[in-house]
Amino acid sequence: MTVLSLDSVSKSFGSLKVTDDVSFDVPEGQALGIIGPNGAGKSTLFNLVTGNILPDAGTIRLNGRDVTREPAMARVRAGIGRSFQIPQPFQKLTVFENLLVAATHGRAARERDMRDPCAEVLERTGLLPKANAEAGRLSLLERKRLELARALATGPRLLLLDEIAGGLTEGECQALVATIRAIHAEGVTIIWIEHVLHALNSVVERLLVLDFGRVIGLGDPAEIMASREVREIYLGIEI
Amino acid sequence: MSVYTVTTRTRASRTAFWGALILVAGLALAPLFVGRGTIQDLFFILTMLTLAQFWNLLAGYGGLVSVGQQAFVGLGAYALYGAVILYGVDPVVSILIAGLVAVVLAVPISVFAFRLQGAYFAIGTWVIAEVCRLSVAQWRAVGGGTGTSLPREAVAEMMLVPTIETALDVRASEARDILAYWLALILVVATIAGIYWLLRTRRGLALAAVRDNEEAARSVGVDAGRMKWVVFLTSAFGTGLAGGLIYLQKGRISPDAAFSVTDWTAYVIFIVVIGGLGTIEGPIIGVLVFFLLQSLFADYGAWYLMLLGLIGIGVMLFAPRGLWGLLSERTGIQLFPVRRRLAGGALKGREG
Repeated sequence: MTVLSLDSVSKSFGSLKVTDDVSFDVPEGQALGIIGPNGAGKSTLFNLVTGNILPDAGTIRLNGRDVTREPAMARVRAGIGRSFQIPQPFQKLTVFENLLVAATHGRAARERDMRDPCAEVLERTGLLPKANAEAGRLSLLERKRLELARALATGPRLLLLDEIAGGLTEGECQALVATIRAIHAEGVTIIWIEHVLHALNSVVERLLVLDFGRVIGLGDPAEIMASREVREIYLGIEI
Repeated sequence: MSVYTVTTRTRASRTAFWGALILVAGLALAPLFVGRGTIQDLFFILTMLTLAQFWNLLAGYGGLVSVGQQAFVGLGAYALYGAVILYGVDPVVSILIAGLVAVVLAVPISVFAFRLQGAYFAIGTWVIAEVCRLSVAQWRAVGGGTGTSLPREAVAEMMLVPTIETALDVRASEARDILAYWLALILVVATIAGIYWLLRTRRGLALAAVRDNEEAARSVGVDAGRMKWVVFLTSAFGTGLAGGLIYLQKGRISPDAAFSVTDWTAYVIFIVVIGGLGTIEGPIIGVLVFFLLQSLFADYGAWYLMLLGLIGIGVMLFAPRGLWGLLSERTGIQLFPVRRRLAGGALKGREG
């Protein structure tokens, strides 16, 4: 079954076309990686999928249902969870409260019913010891973990990760990748935008390359990374 | 069965609850022991505290920094005068009409105001309040630009006043002040209890999330637009009630006074900022400091206003979380705790 399907989706900001006739499907349980140089339109693509911005043209389907014009809130409840490229915690709330907001509103559930699921997510993401710490006081790694944990708390069927490994040390990155692998192994469909290619390629089964808002490659990660066009785009970035 | 537990109460909050009960009981009985001047001072403190709590709900929790709350004070007050003068409604009942009119008019106001954000929202609300003032000044039935007084007979026959007059053996004018004071006490207790209840629900948590990061809140399924709208309307209702009550006690109204940005918004912002934005305790501390400053320095005119400004700037620079924030950070005391602390399970014996 296809979880997410984009059909000829386009978006412009003024005269700048940031998403240009993008089409692709993501089958259930798959991990899809998205790469591309800065400004290629990767985060815009996520914003289109989550409903933070609406496309000028094209159709977005979630589990077969057309959600193109649906607001972000409805898409979260339909099963989309996302992390942000720059961590955006609810600063004055605790780590646990960050998850509680996501769980109660993302799943339209009562607070007392979400207590244990939130604690479980905290355990899985290694944040349990920080459960009662103010989110604004966390380290970068902890903030990245919180981004992941908060997205998981909404109970997503499709998890969108936006450069979650960026800025981490090698050790921190490996630990985070292990957590993402475990989540994927449970059947959660993942779309992951990442510049840290070795981390990305250790998880994803398919790779999509964006450049100037267009899809210039989609397929097996090894084949995509071997293509000349992709190597040219990524010139200067360690593969 | 759940392995984990969540607690919000603290030892200080349990003590504060009983302390608050005793304080409210003491305040309710105050008219038996203190003179009319003190009752009027307490009325001023309670009504300013109500206005400050609602402004704090808007700005401190909803992230909506309004400079136009005087619109709802004025609209509520004029709705009360309109109901009494034009329809002969009892002034006490008219207080509810004041709140209802304010909330009904807040709907179209929100349509305009919510198209703006941040500083533009602030200025926009001020402009809307000025439009309200100028519009009300055209309403000749309630005195137009020069204003009017509550009809003598309506005030004399106001419900509960004769009972208070007889029971406490006081003159009618003093009985009216006592009634207004008791209503102000009920309003402030209901306001604080209501806001505290809201903050402890999942909607309150969502409101805090919207305040901290609206985009992230939307991304986890919070209907941020609706949350802000509900807060705006709730605040308009409460501010309208307070406006009606304030001008019921004053007995005289004019557009310039009822829609005064200084009296009903600038002072209120000062109270919340020096006390502590985004806390229930902050406005309580703030209103006491404000009352003290006003009692001591109000006779100095412009110098008094400059002093308020300097104190406001000083607190913002050196204690950005306000006086309560400073105290709370150093002592860890929370009288109205809303923080949910996870305990039990794998957290047993560990400190978060």
